Amino acid sequence: MALSTEAVGKSWPSVSYEVGKEKIGEYARVLGFESPIHFDTEAARAEGFRDVVAPPMFCVVYSAGAMGPVIFDPEVAMNFATMVHGSQEFEWGVPVCSGDVISTTSSCLSIEERDGKGFYVFETVSVNQDGDQAVRGVWTNIVRGV
Amino acid sequence: MSEMNPGDSIPELAVTPDRYLPNRYAGASGDFNPIHIDPEFARQVGLPGAILHGLYVMGLVSKAVTDAAGGDPRSLKGLSVQFRGMSFPEQEIVVTGEVASVEDGVTEIDVIATQGESQVIRNASARVSRDL
Repeated sequence: MALSTEAVGKSWPSVSYEVGKEKIGEYARVLGFESPIHFDTEAARAEGFRDVVAPPMFCVVYSAGAMGPVIFDPEVAMNFATMVHGSQEFEWGVPVCSGDVISTTSSCLSIEERDGKGFYVFETVSVNQDGDQAVRGVWTNIVRGV
Repeated sequence: MSEMNPGDSIPELAVTPDRYLPNRYAGASGDFNPIHIDPEFARQVGLPGAILHGLYVMGLVSKAVTDAAGGDPRSLKGLSVQFRGMSFPEQEIVVTGEVASVEDGVTEIDVIATQGESQVIRNASARVSRDL
């Protein structure tokens, strides 16, 4: 098989992200979230959060830094010209609030060829400053014509 | 969270992203891939024009199911999607879903996102729970 599977099992060093209140608000606003728990500290505290809370899909913001090096790793050797984001899974744990520091590690779960396409599957695991898991993500990129 | 039973539809979420939405999503998410924000570049690589970020549309799916569960972000436990068709600004995106199962307080919802005739996200499955 032409596809390089050298990177399967490889993991990358963790990347940390400090969550800011205005960044949560910016993300929430673009997606159309209107609840004050995403914008107003007092409103968030009244609902039991430490500070303004991120919508769950904000995980793409704090885990992006950990996926960058993976995508560009020469051992992964992915052809961007024909790459599409095929599928995506997230499992959420504790909520993420302004002030949290989230550390994300990434690893390569599998690289397989099917029907002339390369399926690259990566995992990210993000934990907060207390070591509690905020999210686990499974990212599948599909490369045509491998 | 209101009672949900298998076969129930969740409230539809319909959004028409404006022409500059991909720019704002790029800023919010940090994904500045030019296929999303530069129509000319997008056409040069064979696309009809700038396309929406798949993860933006997944964000809309997450909002539809979170809203259906009562709006608390803690209620969304899991979401998996397959990205299929491309989607574009200035055209309506509709997210619909149906409750597949309810077990031990966890409600599984099957979701799709469409734009016109095109299924942008399919085979999406969300897990929501009243246990926050």
